[in-house]
Amino acid sequence: MSSAPAAHGAAPAPKFAEHFASLEVQNHAARLGMWLFLSTEILLFAGLFVCYSCYRFLYPEAFAEASRHLNLTLGTVNTVVLITSSLTAALAVHYAKEGKNNLVALMVGLTLLMAVGFLVIKGFEYSHKFHEGTLPGKHYTYQGLQLPGAPMYFTIYFLSTGLHALHVTIGMGVLTWMGVRALTQKNFGPNNYTGVELASMYWHLVDLVWIFLFPMLYLV
Amino acid sequence: MTPSSSPTAEGVLPGHDDAGGHDGHHHHPNYLVDGTTVKSWLLTIDHKRIGLMFLASVLFFFLIGGVFALAVRVELLTPGPTVMDAMTYNRAFTLHGLIMIFLFMIPAIPAAFGNFMLPLMLGAKDVAFPRLNLASFYIYVTGALLMIWGMLNGGLDTGWTFYTPYSTHTTTTVAPVLFGAFVIGFSSIATGLNFIVTVHTMRAPGITWFKLPLFVWAIYATSCIQVLATPVIGLLTLLVVGENLFSFGLFDPARGGDPVLFQHLFWFYSHPAVYIMVLPAFGVMSEVVAAFSRKNIFGYRAVAYSSLGIAFVGFFAWGHHMFVSGQSTFDAGIFGVLTMLVGVFTAIKVFNWVGTVYKGAVDFRTPFAYFCGFLFFTVFGGMTGIAVGTVSLDMPWHDTYFVVAHFHFIMVGATLMAFLAAFHYWFPKMFGRMYHEGWGLVSAALIILGFNATFIPQFLLGNYGMPRRYYEYPARFQALNVASTAGATLLAFGFVIVAIYLTYALFYGRASGKNPWRSKGYEWLSESPPPTHNFVGPQPTFPEEPHYYVAPKKDEVKDV
Repeated sequence: MSSAPAAHGAAPAPKFAEHFASLEVQNHAARLGMWLFLSTEILLFAGLFVCYSCYRFLYPEAFAEASRHLNLTLGTVNTVVLITSSLTAALAVHYAKEGKNNLVALMVGLTLLMAVGFLVIKGFEYSHKFHEGTLPGKHYTYQGLQLPGAPMYFTIYFLSTGLHALHVTIGMGVLTWMGVRALTQKNFGPNNYTGVELASMYWHLVDLVWIFLFPMLYLV
Repeated sequence: MTPSSSPTAEGVLPGHDDAGGHDGHHHHPNYLVDGTTVKSWLLTIDHKRIGLMFLASVLFFFLIGGVFALAVRVELLTPGPTVMDAMTYNRAFTLHGLIMIFLFMIPAIPAAFGNFMLPLMLGAKDVAFPRLNLASFYIYVTGALLMIWGMLNGGLDTGWTFYTPYSTHTTTTVAPVLFGAFVIGFSSIATGLNFIVTVHTMRAPGITWFKLPLFVWAIYATSCIQVLATPVIGLLTLLVVGENLFSFGLFDPARGGDPVLFQHLFWFYSHPAVYIMVLPAFGVMSEVVAAFSRKNIFGYRAVAYSSLGIAFVGFFAWGHHMFVSGQSTFDAGIFGVLTMLVGVFTAIKVFNWVGTVYKGAVDFRTPFAYFCGFLFFTVFGGMTGIAVGTVSLDMPWHDTYFVVAHFHFIMVGATLMAFLAAFHYWFPKMFGRMYHEGWGLVSAALIILGFNATFIPQFLLGNYGMPRRYYEYPARFQALNVASTAGATLLAFGFVIVAIYLTYALFYGRASGKNPWRSKGYEWLSESPPPTHNFVGPQPTFPEEPHYYVAPKKDEVKDV
């Protein structure tokens, strides 16, 4: 794609694709595109929420009982970790607007650190379930909870948290890309922060989905 | 075209070097010749080239899907086994359905003609995200290859709806085919997203929302459906793949799952998908009917809004596929009423098209011939849609050939007519050449006749109670099945003629000039074929309405 050569001077010049009327329009298009993409992500998870609602309606006791078999402490810790990472992701955008590229990289780094923490804790939860056999469908071998519908609960648990973990991983990739750009190119500034903003928006979605998953699976 | 000969010409014929006015062509090569290497095509980010690559792909899949349609029709010539065994037949109609729906009809008009025309109609240089556009093409190709690989290695015998619990237990290759559908969904979402952002951010000065060509309105409404509905089937295909590979039990009654939940999620996408196929067709027809009636479209705003209306109510009609699934009578009634609202919005369009033709100076050419076929298929298919949307009527017709005939009429009939109309109407725009009008009209007549001959007998078959997807049938159904197969042969023959004269026109057709139809559509303001960045010189302005025709005297259009 063709882009205007970087202007020399204090203000870092962003990449400008010549088919847009102006840089402002280009950034607006990028933001609009991201919002639309995030709406498709919401709808992707919405399908799983529908599955959850239906089977909760069909097997209310099994679902209530099975949710007691999740580790509420680890789930709560993970929620706090993820919400905090959303804060650092938002701060990364703040510093990108001010052109403080080192702080952008720092905030991205902190976000990534918490993301890794989240996944590690999730891994502990998963391995415990693999160990005791609270697994989806025909793989369910747990003896302590024999209500019909309990395997269905764990099907939905693994599908939704698994899909969420996949999104966490993708989000980490996107954030890493921005962090590396902040460190190597150092060109984020008042006119050029859309990349960080979009990555951060994606991260907020990951966070938001978890905020729905946590009460749905662990609390109610 | 021949820069090396220019100095010689100047030397020989001094004073003539500025004549002819071909300067524009010399300095701004059209998109077809601006880079001729394979790489310049495969890695292009030009929306017009990507549109053509999509066009070539969907035509290829249309051919394959068509061959399997004929195979199915040949098998049904006689009541018992004719040319294949039952399992092969199951795979053949599944393959026909999957390819035609996911690889032809959904991408056909938006991804091929939409990609090509949308930026031109907005006075833009390209779509908002050109690289995403190219990615969308390759995602489509990847998904298609996955699907075909699966169908060649074991095939799929579920029908294109892959209903559970059968699809979670069948030993045929569910996983790669459904994963292919999942991947193609990403392509659909990417294209839709790109178009929505393009319409919002890239309209040239002067093009307000109510100066958008109606094709753009239709594509915009289609894109909204694509973006909102496709993720749901994306998730669903993943769930079924998971079911099939790991026995999750989500839709398996033996494990406490609910197959009806699958149907809800499936039709939540697949019913709006009908409008992904047919709304772009409506958009094409709004352009064609105005251009060949030489008259401004009747009720521009009503036509524009009704596209959004169809997109909106299309999301609340899925339950009419499930009247016999054990749904309550109340639910069925609600879904029936919501279904009929689609008919109201479609009728708005039909009346406006007819109003446009009324007292127009009709120039009866191939695209207009397809418009006539389209009008019949849409009205007939739409009316039978109201009929099957009525619970009491749908009960006996459910899963019979009546439904097969109905959805072929509205989805295939309307979409195919529009696809062919678009192909003929925009052929000069895309390639700068004219096709043979006589052959165009002859093949249009053959195709419209063949289509009717194929599917009208199927309405009757369904009414007499022949179920869809059955390999064998009682002998009393044979006459109508033979008629249907004969019609399909006629239809195929029509397509062969189209393929021959369009291919000929592509290489040897006479030059069309900039705007052979004297159309007022914005896309014709550019050269034919357009230069790489669509418009030469400063950005064009668009003071007129997009369908602003003043009907000329009859003899003015004769010489076109």
